[in-house]
Amino acid sequence: MACELWREKLDAYVDGELARRDEQVLREHLKDCASCAADALDRAQMKRAIQCAARCYRPDPAFRAHIRSATTTPGWTKLAWRWPMIFAFGAACVVLLAAIWTNQFWSHTRQQQLVSELVDLHVAALASANPVDVVSTDRHTVKPWFEGKVSFTFDLPDLQNSPFTLIGGRTAYLNQSAGAELIFRIRQHNISVFIFQESALRQDCSLSNASDLNFHLDSWSRNGLCYFVIGDVNPDDLAKLVTLMKS
Amino acid sequence: MAVPESRVASESFEDLALPLFDRLYNFAHWLTQNRAEAEDLVQETYAKALKGFSSFQPGTNFRAWMYRILRNNFLNSRAGLKAMPIAEEESEKRDNLSATQETPETILLGRLDQELVHKAIEELPVVYREVLLFCEFEEMSYQEIAATIGVPIGTVMSRLSRARSNLRVIVRRLQGSG
Repeated sequence: MACELWREKLDAYVDGELARRDEQVLREHLKDCASCAADALDRAQMKRAIQCAARCYRPDPAFRAHIRSATTTPGWTKLAWRWPMIFAFGAACVVLLAAIWTNQFWSHTRQQQLVSELVDLHVAALASANPVDVVSTDRHTVKPWFEGKVSFTFDLPDLQNSPFTLIGGRTAYLNQSAGAELIFRIRQHNISVFIFQESALRQDCSLSNASDLNFHLDSWSRNGLCYFVIGDVNPDDLAKLVTLMKS
Repeated sequence: MAVPESRVASESFEDLALPLFDRLYNFAHWLTQNRAEAEDLVQETYAKALKGFSSFQPGTNFRAWMYRILRNNFLNSRAGLKAMPIAEEESEKRDNLSATQETPETILLGRLDQELVHKAIEELPVVYREVLLFCEFEEMSYQEIAATIGVPIGTVMSRLSRARSNLRVIVRRLQGSG
């Protein structure tokens, strides 16, 4: 290729814009052509000279500060692109809180229903002409009576040297499941102890220190059974019976 | 400087635009040849860019976008309206000028001092000055320059060639007069 044609490509060569193949061929040509090589060197020097000369105007610091303050957006607007995410997160939090609140509300409601039903059972038993179906103060009589009537068994405490007397027992029903109701007496107060299977209740049976209509109530679970103690005695006496039942 | 979409989404305008401030100011000063006008031009550029940032297409060249705004502002200014038509006339006049008309050995650019080159760039018509600065100072590719000033790559190449050719002529004249 004639030097004139190569020189048309020298600008693109020094700018790094020449196609790779042309660049290689031109480089070979520059090795052999002193005139074109000098021209290429001249253009490269001019390029450097322009680069140095062009970098000369510097903004005033006050103007820089002015632009920076005019351009800098407040923190809240910087978050603008995140608003949909923030909104979604907020909505998720609201839904979660609502779900938790609803769950707690229904849980509380179910517990209240359970307490009410237990109170009803206790009051109904005492109001009955025959509050117990098995009348005995002997635990070895009362406990076997439940065999075949409920699908579980339980232990009764030894009440000797305690202020409590076992009156007897009867079958009680909760959520259409049979359970045991034991009636104890302390002074002139009757206390019912209900025993149901945990699986029959379909809910948490912890009602510790609950009260309803001035009845005191305590509960616990053990070995798949839920125990509820309810009566109109003071909480201390109720706690003593609970201790005895747990022993 | 193509900005990925994810980066634009996560970065604010200031994160992208403020690093360009010094260069934009330098370029504006070269165009206007005046500090006050350069400051006005840069300020207007940032104001318009900030206002239109939502219309900036992620994945495209943010630097080219900023320079395009600055250049359009300049072209619409009194100085720009005055400079560009002259520059176009100049380009017509010099269409037949060859970049290789000068003999490199006689120009001796290697010995040029910065002040001489500075004066020569100042004398260049704006239409050539801008492509020269984009290419040499901003180190933009031909394609990037074409996108910035909105002309085909071939036009960029011919303007660059004429700019360098003109610069040589001016430098030689300045050397002769010096």
